[in-house]
Amino acid sequence: MRFGPDHPLVLDSGAKIDNLQIGYQTYGELNADRSNGVLVCHALTGDQHVASVNPVTGKPGWWETMVGPGKPIDTNRFFVICTNVVGGCMGTTGAASTNPATGQPYGLDLPLITIPDMVRAQAMLVDALGIDQLFCVAGGSMGGMQVLQWAAAYPERVFAALPIATGPRHSSQNIAFHEVGRQAIMADPDWHGGRYLSVGASPRKGLAVARMAAHITYMSDEGLHKKFGRNLQDRDKIAFGFDADFQVESYLRHQGLSFVERFDANSYLYVTRAMDYFDLAADHGGRLANAFLGTKTRFCIISFTSDWLFPTTESKAVVRALNAAGASVSFVEVETDRGHDAFLLDEPVMFASVRGFLSSAAAARWQ
Amino acid sequence: MTEPVTGSLSNRVDLLLIAELVERGARVLDVGCGDGELLKLIEDTRDVDGRGIELSYQGVNECLARGLSVIQGDADTDLVDYPDDSFDYVILSQTIQATRNPKAVLGEMLRIGRRAIISFPNFGHWTVRTSLGFKGRMPVTENLPYSWYDTPNIHFCTIRDFVALCHEVDAKIEKAVALNAGGQRMTLNAPWWFWNLFGQQAVFVLRR
Repeated sequence: MRFGPDHPLVLDSGAKIDNLQIGYQTYGELNADRSNGVLVCHALTGDQHVASVNPVTGKPGWWETMVGPGKPIDTNRFFVICTNVVGGCMGTTGAASTNPATGQPYGLDLPLITIPDMVRAQAMLVDALGIDQLFCVAGGSMGGMQVLQWAAAYPERVFAALPIATGPRHSSQNIAFHEVGRQAIMADPDWHGGRYLSVGASPRKGLAVARMAAHITYMSDEGLHKKFGRNLQDRDKIAFGFDADFQVESYLRHQGLSFVERFDANSYLYVTRAMDYFDLAADHGGRLANAFLGTKTRFCIISFTSDWLFPTTESKAVVRALNAAGASVSFVEVETDRGHDAFLLDEPVMFASVRGFLSSAAAARWQ
Repeated sequence: MTEPVTGSLSNRVDLLLIAELVERGARVLDVGCGDGELLKLIEDTRDVDGRGIELSYQGVNECLARGLSVIQGDADTDLVDYPDDSFDYVILSQTIQATRNPKAVLGEMLRIGRRAIISFPNFGHWTVRTSLGFKGRMPVTENLPYSWYDTPNIHFCTIRDFVALCHEVDAKIEKAVALNAGGQRMTLNAPWWFWNLFGQQAVFVLRR
């Protein structure tokens, strides 16, 4: 969907984006009173193809275990909307899009994007679809940040909120990991100060290293050890060299290489920065509970025991704030060794929680 | 007088009794709410705004499926997160004996709730005394089915012990009810020693 210059996206930085384009997918049918909309928010490198084959990778949707007919977020029942975030590279305006002012790709001329900016753009799309109130806004990781931002910014437009494996701010450690990734990209000579598209290059090595570093944070020590141990890759003994001796090295290299096929390096800079800047309490006078005062939204928060990127303490900070605000909140900590990525995987306890939460919320919404 | 509550829980008289003690429209926190049976009963019959805390994810998920707002957490560590006077009632049903620090839990309950409702199995019941006194064995009864080595119940008390704790934390006993082995309420004018010997369970309403 394209918005004209009469509908600019005004950003937190003060800049604005004219001719905003939003790439999105929908699943299921919008009901007659337009009340069954569920907005699913994707994580850092996700996209709008939540429950359908990704046209770039040819792989199934990134949350097909959660979203689909008869799934916990049931598309037989709900009208599911998923948009590519602003700053992304799958159809929504981002660094690789054409800057209308120059006719060239934006590159680093795209203004900085924040999580609230992403949510504001989603709200423009939801408006354009004629939906006043979403039945639910759901998402994990950066998607969970968007859920919290939705609930804080538009409480009357969110009947139920489902933030998973997320937190009310990006921690110092998380900012540090993102900085490593950005520096890897910017250190690649093929980055060309962000103008690689104009000169026909691509900082593939830098982006792959960024992905490799980040991917470690999505798993757990125990999970990695269980999956790979110290097993060697296609050899019986160590080769006394810097080739990928170990399976875990080979796996990470593969993750890095396949990532660069589908993701734009500048987008990676923008979207990681948006997460770094997120601090919901700071936006509300330093007190997180202020973000949710008087809210009627019902919340279900889920965390995972082995997630060290967004540990349970981060989720509990949100739970505490919601309690202090007198909000309706449920919280489940799922036991797993799969780390942060557990939210994307087959975790039956999570599915049961989401099913229970959504069906009882639906009973309350349409009683 | 409180209004009677009807429900299909005839085998859990203590739950019905607790539900009767809750005023309509109140804000209620059920600590250790299990699968949400009591909280659901209170929401359905007393029209309250109910919340729960439960240790197990299985319990939390059963509560979610019932439409209850429940947090996975621990009475010993998570009550401190609630602001003062958040609730009209904080309920601890058959759970105080499983907490690590019952005195601190009771203190927190009275801080975050205007009233605390506590029900617990009476360790002074004559069957318990008989088992320990005559057989010399820790009691294993229908109500207390665990052996000493696998019981989650680490802080048993008698009705008189509990009354002493109430005095110690300066809680006012607004109401106290004992249930006999048949689940019937015992006569109100019976002396404490009689309750302590024949009451199988007790329900107390406390305030600061």
